[in-house]
Amino acid sequence: MVRFLLNNEPVELQVNDPNMTVLRFLRERQRKTGTKEGCAAGDCGACTVVVASPSDEGNSLSYTTINSCIALLSSLQGKQLITVEDLADKQALHPVQASMVEHHGSQCGFCTPGFVMSAFALYHTASNPQREDVVDALSGNLCRCTGYRPIIDATLSACADKTDDKFDAQQSQTLEKLATLAQQSTPAVNAKLLMPATRVALKAAIAANPDAPLVAGSTDLALEITQKNIQFECLISLSQMAALKTISSDDQGIHIGAAVPLSQAMETLIQFYPSLKELFTRFASLPVRNQATLGGNVANASPIGDTPPLLLALNAQIIVDDGNAERMIAAKDFFLGYRKTALKAGEWINRITFPLPVANQHLAAYKISKRMEDDISAVLAVFNVVIEDGVVSKVSTGFGGVAATPIHCAPLEQALINQNWQDAACKTTGKQILTDAFSPIDDVRATAAYRKQVLGNLWHRFWLENQANNAIETRVVTHA
Amino acid sequence: MRKLVQTLPGIDHPTRQQNSPLGKDKSHESAVRQVSGQARYVDDMPEPANIGYVALGTSECAAGKIESIDLDAVRNSDGVIDVITIHDIPGHTDIAPVFDGDPVLAENDILFYGQPVYAVLANTTEQARSAAAKGVITVSDGSPTLTVDDALAKQSFVRPTHVIGNESAIETVSGAAHQLSGSLFVGGQEHMYLEGQVSMAIPEEEDRMMIYTSSQHPSEVQKLVAEVLGTKLHRVTVDMRRMGGGFGGKESQAAQWACIAAVLAQRNGLAVKCRLPRSLDMSVTGKRHPFENSWRIGFDENGMIQGADITVNGNCGYSADLSDAIVDRAMFHVDNGYFLGDSHVVGHRLKTSYVSHTAYRGFGGPQGMIVAEAMMDGIARKLGEDPLTIRKRNLYGETTGNTTPYGMDVGFNLLPDMISKLEASADFWQRRETITAFNKSSPIIKKGLAMTPVKFGISFTAKHLNQAGALIHIYTDGSIQVNHGGTEMGQGLHTKIAQIAAHEFGVDTADIEVTSTRTDKVPNTSPTAASSGTDLNGKAVQNACITLKERLIEFWAAECGVSSDGAKFENYQLTIGEHTIDFPALIQAAYLGRISLSSTGYYRTPKIYYDRETGTGRPFFYFAYGVAASEVSIDTLTGEYKVEKVDILHDVGASLNPAIDVGQIEGGFIQGMGWLTSEELKWDDHGRLTSNNMATYKIPAIGDTPAEMNVSLYRRPNDEDSIYHSKAVGEPPFMLAISVWCALKDAIASLDDYQTDPYLPTPATPEKVLDAVMAMQAKSGSNAA
Repeated sequence: MVRFLLNNEPVELQVNDPNMTVLRFLRERQRKTGTKEGCAAGDCGACTVVVASPSDEGNSLSYTTINSCIALLSSLQGKQLITVEDLADKQALHPVQASMVEHHGSQCGFCTPGFVMSAFALYHTASNPQREDVVDALSGNLCRCTGYRPIIDATLSACADKTDDKFDAQQSQTLEKLATLAQQSTPAVNAKLLMPATRVALKAAIAANPDAPLVAGSTDLALEITQKNIQFECLISLSQMAALKTISSDDQGIHIGAAVPLSQAMETLIQFYPSLKELFTRFASLPVRNQATLGGNVANASPIGDTPPLLLALNAQIIVDDGNAERMIAAKDFFLGYRKTALKAGEWINRITFPLPVANQHLAAYKISKRMEDDISAVLAVFNVVIEDGVVSKVSTGFGGVAATPIHCAPLEQALINQNWQDAACKTTGKQILTDAFSPIDDVRATAAYRKQVLGNLWHRFWLENQANNAIETRVVTHA
Repeated sequence: MRKLVQTLPGIDHPTRQQNSPLGKDKSHESAVRQVSGQARYVDDMPEPANIGYVALGTSECAAGKIESIDLDAVRNSDGVIDVITIHDIPGHTDIAPVFDGDPVLAENDILFYGQPVYAVLANTTEQARSAAAKGVITVSDGSPTLTVDDALAKQSFVRPTHVIGNESAIETVSGAAHQLSGSLFVGGQEHMYLEGQVSMAIPEEEDRMMIYTSSQHPSEVQKLVAEVLGTKLHRVTVDMRRMGGGFGGKESQAAQWACIAAVLAQRNGLAVKCRLPRSLDMSVTGKRHPFENSWRIGFDENGMIQGADITVNGNCGYSADLSDAIVDRAMFHVDNGYFLGDSHVVGHRLKTSYVSHTAYRGFGGPQGMIVAEAMMDGIARKLGEDPLTIRKRNLYGETTGNTTPYGMDVGFNLLPDMISKLEASADFWQRRETITAFNKSSPIIKKGLAMTPVKFGISFTAKHLNQAGALIHIYTDGSIQVNHGGTEMGQGLHTKIAQIAAHEFGVDTADIEVTSTRTDKVPNTSPTAASSGTDLNGKAVQNACITLKERLIEFWAAECGVSSDGAKFENYQLTIGEHTIDFPALIQAAYLGRISLSSTGYYRTPKIYYDRETGTGRPFFYFAYGVAASEVSIDTLTGEYKVEKVDILHDVGASLNPAIDVGQIEGGFIQGMGWLTSEELKWDDHGRLTSNNMATYKIPAIGDTPAEMNVSLYRRPNDEDSIYHSKAVGEPPFMLAISVWCALKDAIASLDDYQTDPYLPTPATPEKVLDAVMAMQAKSGSNAA
């Protein structure tokens, strides 16, 4: 049983089809057709909806965007689902809607509901957002007509003059309704879509359905459904596993629960490692980051996933659990082959522990793709170097897009130790090693030759950017 | 006939009248419904109770003879209602728009990878898609034609080669002081309308059929549906309220899905919806034609072109579709705004084993025009001049020459003045110096700047398409319904039409309802394409208004017993001399006086003709002009780049709606930028499209919009008698984006101190830019820091 608020109305759904997406539920079951299907793959944002959930303190609502085309109904449990039809207050358009009209932000109009929802979420989460905040908030929405300028203007204008809307006015009632939903015992177990809430229940669910995939954010798994037309018999959702959604830090490191949405995980990691902002801004789009999880990205073990190289370069530890005992696997031992990991049957990822930053550490994560926003990496390179008194004392790396697995480069790490960082040899040696280190493939994103060349050149960039007093410009886009 | 007060350009120009809605920033007529999710697209319409859904079975090779199709597993799959192949089509099986060659489903031969072979009807979309995957198509080995070179070697053409100009040009080139030759691969482009292809067919009495479709060409859908059903056109009605984007992709290639839905609807007596999932849509519909162009030009010491010998090779895919006219338009635009002297232009239409490439904003024009700009860059680098200087010298004009390669007099070329204004407003030459200085001191990041013009011919080059019809009803409360042959795909056509009708009757646009485009209201319409929507349909609507106004004036003058001289509709009133009547009262009086309150209107474009035998004529009613300056930064380590700043001055004549026109200019520019930068179509060695979804084919995202983008309208009424002397705006701004490509080349050229014109095929992805950077570094012996 999935319980949520459809705008203001409580909904209780017996999910007979675990493959039902939120988009299909809205369009086919509810006949709410304002939310559109553009790609059914989370790449265009025409289907963007907002889910509101109680903040950690429980006294306010937090509004996040998700792509309803790749969200399963389990993701709505205990939340309020808001769609484009819900924003207007009787005849009065919501400020973000009115601003879109006023700034001529719609042409064909098909992407418009998605943009409106992304702008609505920003309206509720940012005070006085700047252009770059708007770009980030709307990074998952494609428009083929306008060229975006009027949409940016409309969003800036609406958010600059923010006044309380009906959602603010109804906040306490909504919180009450959500609290009531939450009190209706734990969600009843359904035979097709399991939503265990405890370690014991998860273990039992896996034991009873050994072939059922675990699903957290569903941003990748849902593609099997929408793109390959695979119909899963049964899915085990981790959406209610509170224990997998914790974030903490201590002298052992930064511990991020496997089912923590990437947008939250990233916020924490950026506090410790500010240079990661660039990677995390370019990781997919905001709605995908709101939905996808760190554990999912790691368990997927895709050679073009953007966090595995980071785990490798930072020597992160992956803590896995089978319901009886936890074990710790170093990132470098986790990725065994193409989409193959060290996870055993019955195990799931509990959390990932990143080490704390150390003195004189230089960390950079570079992403190369055809498009800056919301693209899959052609090459991802993470360099983590400690330089003490001008001498390299520690090097670790992680790369994506250059091999069948996320991978690091041991020869580079060995060659640079004890080198004088200022020496141009550091640059040329690293460049040489990296250009020849891997045998990437030609594919739709890039040729092997480009991948090799760029990998070497990214080392050049890293070397240059981390020289003391470097004054040479190295970027066409900066993510401050 | 009583005479109406005519509005003329100049002092009394209607766009400057205070109470007229013309020239005002009216919001898109559907804006409120769009932002609130109320605007209905085909897939949003309430479905009839009895409905089935279609999925397609497609080929997994690019060529070969079909030996067998085993559909048993498909038929036995859950929820399947019906399965059809081409042999189940009751009427015509060829749905080609102009020339033969587009089977509705594959017939004997597979023509491209992913060609639809059979169609499945099932109770749900999921069941249909699941069933469609279960067919087994056996195809004998074929030998696909996958390159332009291969097609040229095989003399494989979809249409005969066309030639413009004189062969004497070849000698003229050789006799000039300087010669330059070059070639360029120009990539294609996926339309990526956000709303994919979709049609719903609802069977009506006997063999009558109702079609709801997302199409730029409802009349053609009507014709083809009637033909595949084996019935006459008057039994088929097509309704088209709005598209979620078209861009040319729904001109000829929306019909197939309507035809398949109609056949299944008729066979099974139930409503049928055919909606393509994105990756299928991208695989089975044609794209902007990739071109491979080459040229040889001769020019003097000043860089003035004396002669040009140009060949454009359009990769048309497996059939002609609209390719004949598309390659023509590429040929018509290889001059852009420049006088080429003695010229010879050859256009090949190559038949290859790809999906049949089709109309796309600019319709071949961009692929031709980029040749002109490549030639200008080439001359400039060879002579060591700034490319803008060379561009200015070669512009059409009384002293340079004013006749195009196809013998059309350009008339008054706006480009010299427009360029001069943009040079000033964009501070071009100061920035040129700043950038050159920056590049000297910045080893990794290089900046580039380029200003390029656009001269784009307006009219369908197929002469008969330059006609339009309209139908207007005035109801007894004074509200007005307007119907016309154009379709709304976001471009604001209906908004402009409402402004036109409101202006004519002196009422507010709130009292004008532009209804869905329907083949039972206005027949035999042309596609909404070639930027012509407002030009053609606006005039037809105006003519319908004039007919009605004349009736009303005649009636009211007679009632008042006065002459109708000086009658005018303004501020919801008809005024004749001292007599004034409110519009609703007039309508009620006219109704009681038994005056018809409904009229058609019709328009055909004057002056145009083209003689294919001689390759000469006046294919265009007029030209629309524009100029853009783009500044970019490139990263010489990765090939990544950023478009930093864009300044545009664009000519829309007397703008009917500046907000909508600016929207078309900005949107066209960004779409053109995508074509030239990140949008890369990739096919594998078997002819399979591998960039077949939004994860692998990257249109510009919000962060790609330049932080600084200044767009101004060049305010000068059209010299020709177009609707209120406005100009078409749909396609011309697309080509302003060529300035981005030239700016990227400018940045790369800085690596060799601007002595070499870099080779930069399009789309100029970061990888292509890095290739060009490395080639330049190798040549100049330079290297990054």
